Amino acid sequence: MIQISNLGHKIGGTQILHDISTSFPKGKLTALIGPNGAGKSTLLRLVGRLEPLQQGAITVAGHDVARTPTADLARVMAILGQQTAVASRLRLCELVAFGRWPHHQGRPRPEDRTKVAQAIDAFALSKLKNRFLDEVSGGQAQRAHIAMAFAQDTEWLLLDEPLNNLDMAHARALMARLRDLVDRQGRSVGLVVHEINYAAAWADHVIAMKDGRIMAEGTPDDVLTEAVLSDLYDAPISVGRHKDRPLVLHHA
Amino acid sequence: MDRRATLMLAVLALLLAGLSALWMFQGLGAGNRGFILSLRATKLAALVTVAVAIGVATVLFQTVAANRVLTPSIMGFDALYVLMQTLMIVLLGNAGFAGLSAGPKFGIDVGVMTALAVVLFGTLLAKGARDIPRMILTGVILGVLFRSVSQFLGRVLDPNEFAVVQAVSFASFNRVDAALLPVAGVLTAVAVMAAIRLSPQLDVLALGRESAVSLGLRYRALVMGTLALVAMLVSVSTALVGPVAFFGLIVAGLAHGAMQNARHAGLIPAAGLIAAILLVGGQWLFERILGQAATLSVVVEFAGGLFFLYLLLKGRIR
Repeated sequence: MIQISNLGHKIGGTQILHDISTSFPKGKLTALIGPNGAGKSTLLRLVGRLEPLQQGAITVAGHDVARTPTADLARVMAILGQQTAVASRLRLCELVAFGRWPHHQGRPRPEDRTKVAQAIDAFALSKLKNRFLDEVSGGQAQRAHIAMAFAQDTEWLLLDEPLNNLDMAHARALMARLRDLVDRQGRSVGLVVHEINYAAAWADHVIAMKDGRIMAEGTPDDVLTEAVLSDLYDAPISVGRHKDRPLVLHHA
Repeated sequence: MDRRATLMLAVLALLLAGLSALWMFQGLGAGNRGFILSLRATKLAALVTVAVAIGVATVLFQTVAANRVLTPSIMGFDALYVLMQTLMIVLLGNAGFAGLSAGPKFGIDVGVMTALAVVLFGTLLAKGARDIPRMILTGVILGVLFRSVSQFLGRVLDPNEFAVVQAVSFASFNRVDAALLPVAGVLTAVAVMAAIRLSPQLDVLALGRESAVSLGLRYRALVMGTLALVAMLVSVSTALVGPVAFFGLIVAGLAHGAMQNARHAGLIPAAGLIAAILLVGGQWLFERILGQAATLSVVVEFAGGLFFLYLLLKGRIR
C-alpha cells in the first residue's frame, strides 16, 4: 500500500497540494483523475520521489520515501514521468534494458536479458527494437519508456499520463497489460489519466482531485457519477453505463 | 562493450601510437639525440594530457547538461580559471605570483576551481535542468562576466603584470608549462579513471533526471561529482595551454560519431584518444611540415567554430 499523510506542496509560492491524506490500495489499479492543475502529477511525482518532499510523509510498501535509499526504492517502485526526452542516442532495446539497472547496477545477468526481452515483447516493440529513439514516433518512444518501467519489475508501477501520444489501440493494449499485471501477477499500479473512460473501464480505485485537494475516492461506480464529475470539472457531464461499468459522456 | 566499439578503440589507439612515434622520431638528426628526445617527450606528454583532459571533460559535461552543443568552455569554466589567475596577480603582484611554487599553487588552483565550479554550475544545473535555454544563457553570461572582469582587471594593472595575465589568457600549444606536467598528468589520469569507473552510472544519468531517479540513481550526487571531475580536467588543460573554446566540441562530436553507441565506457576513452590524435597530429603538422606558419589553436578554434555552427543549424540543441 502507498500511504500518504498530510502532504502539502508549494511550487514557487503557489500551494499545489493542501494537506492531502490518502492511500493507493495494494494489488489494485488506482487512477488519479481531475482537471488540469489539480495536482495529480505533483502527487504522483512526490510518491515517486521525483520531487523532494516538503511537508507530510509518504510510505510505499512500508518504505518511507524520504528516508529509504533511492536505489532500494528503485526495486520497490518504478515511476514514469512525462519528461521522456533522452539526450543520448539510444536504440529502443538499449532503453528498455536500462529498466534492469536497479537490479544489476551495470552488470546484466541472463535473467535480466530475459526480462528485457519479455518487456519488448509485451509492448509489441520487437520490430522496432533496433531503431534509434529519434527515429520512431512519439507514441512508439512512449511505449519504449513504459516497457523500461515494466522491465524494472517492481511491486509498484506509477505512470504519469502514460496514454499521452498513444493511439486508441495501443492505449487499450496498455490498459489491458496493466490490468493483467494487477490480476495475474499481484502488482499494484497507480496512474494519472485524462480520458476518464479509461479509468471507468479499467481502474479498481479512483481518486478525484481538484485544486490540490481530494474531492472523492473509491470504486469507479462510487466516484464516476454525474454529481461528482460535474462538480469536479465545473461542466455538465452525464454518465451512462456500458458492459456494467460507468461510461462518461462529455460531448455536449 | 560490443565488438565494434572495442575494434574502434583499438584502431584509435594504434593511430595515436603511430602519430606519437612519428612525433618522437621524425627528422631526428645524429647530434644531441638525448636532448631533442626529452624535449619532444615532454611536449608529447603535455599535448596528450591536455587533449585527454579537454576531450573527457567535454563528454562528461555534455552528459550532465543533457546537451550536445554545450562545452565547459562555452559555459565559462576556463574563463573562471583565467579570472582566478588574474585575481591572484592583482592581489599578489607579479613577484608574488611568480614566487608561488608551481606544484602546490596548481594544487590549490584546482581545488578552488573545483569548489567554485561545483557551487556555481551545480546550482545552475540542478535548478535549470528543466530549462535548457535558460541554463545555456546563464552559462554564457557567466562566461562573459568572468572574461570581462579579467579584462577589466587587466586594464587597471601595470603593463608588466598585464603581460603575465595575457600569457595565461590565450591558448598556446607551444608554451607548455613543463613544471606542472607531473601534477597535471596525475590529476588527469585520476579524473579519467574515476570517470571510467562511473561510466555505468553516467549511462543512466544520460537518460535524463526523471528516468535516472526512477532507476535509483543518486542523481544530485552524481551530477556534482561529475562536475567536480570536469572542473579538475578543465583546470589542468587551462593551466597547461590556456583556454581552448571549441576543441572539446569537435572531439565530443567525433567521439559520438565514431562510437555510434551512447555507452560511456566506450565514449570516454574514445574522446581521450581522438583528442590526442587531433592535437599531436595537428601540432606535428604545424611544427614540422608547415614550419610554424600557422598556429594550431587558431585552426582548432576555426574548425571548431564551424562545427559548432553546423550543430546549431542542424538543430542539435535540445
